[in-house]
Amino acid sequence: MSEVIVVTSGKGGVGKTTSSASIACGFARRGKKVVVVDFDIGLRNLDLIMGCERRVVYDFVNVINNDCSLKQALIKDKRFDNLSVLAASQTRDKDALTQEGVERVLNGLREDFDIIICDSPAGIERGAHLAMYYADRAVVVVNPEVSSVRDSDRVLGLLASKTSKAEQGSGSISEHLLLTRYSPERVASGDMMSVADVEEILGLKVIGVIPESQSVLAASNAGVPVILDEASEAGMAYDDAVARMCGDERPMRFTELKKKGLLNRLFGGG
Amino acid sequence: MGIFDFFKSRPQKSAQTAKERLLIIVAQQRGERGTPDYIPRLKIELLEVIRKYVNVDPSAVQVNLQKEGEQELLELSVVLPDKDGG
Repeated sequence: MSEVIVVTSGKGGVGKTTSSASIACGFARRGKKVVVVDFDIGLRNLDLIMGCERRVVYDFVNVINNDCSLKQALIKDKRFDNLSVLAASQTRDKDALTQEGVERVLNGLREDFDIIICDSPAGIERGAHLAMYYADRAVVVVNPEVSSVRDSDRVLGLLASKTSKAEQGSGSISEHLLLTRYSPERVASGDMMSVADVEEILGLKVIGVIPESQSVLAASNAGVPVILDEASEAGMAYDDAVARMCGDERPMRFTELKKKGLLNRLFGGG
Repeated sequence: MGIFDFFKSRPQKSAQTAKERLLIIVAQQRGERGTPDYIPRLKIELLEVIRKYVNVDPSAVQVNLQKEGEQELLELSVVLPDKDGG
């Protein structure tokens, strides 16, 4: 059975698109048929992170408006045969996404894919609402920072009430918390909330913790989702998160401060 | 961390402050969750009507929606000022 997973956050810039791209690749690497859909109409970005920006011909809004078929608009990933991208439109028309249209496209995608990842825009307006409305599961991306945590709590409230499942009373969406831009050093020095702090505040366990990492910027520069950088901590942490989403047990990594030797402590470096 | 960092005073733990603030905000947000969207507007309009007759403070009007089994109870309480007109 196919599953619609929304990647959302409320606040902008916390890593929704980076996470969507990596989670999509993670599922694809595990053999699932995956499509990742950019809901950020007007501000298309997912295509850049996925590295397929030059192959966008038709987009999400074209499909909704029946300018093309769904098949024509899907961009096949060059790394995985079983992964496709549906790009956002760059139209400035706010009403380009209709509820009926989104439902039709998602139903079409359900026929061909196991996993449909919806990359939500920031905010709680129309695009974000529609991205979560038909979801079976949600990944709430949060930074260990006050405004991000508050916004993610608002989004958790919306996920519990303003979705198709909630409105029809047909069960609830399963929610995952994904903590990104985590810095064990700053947690140790008391300048950043810890995993346990965020879990306590939101009353939800994290499905993954992605450390703040240089490789995330390098990956988006190159158009290669960071999960494919298997030498990077962020890449490995995303792989762990996807494994946990598939039901595997994996211990948390990269959340503890690395122990430094005495010489390192005294003379800095490293 | 260099050798001189050992002699600096420890920075104040801002993460603890953040956590304490958020615990309050989130509890507040969750208390409001599930209440219908019209409650804030209803409160403002009620306040306007009451103020035509009695000069009450905005915080004197409380509107609560409670669920008791099948029944929903809309509770309105107004604290009237002292007789001298508060």
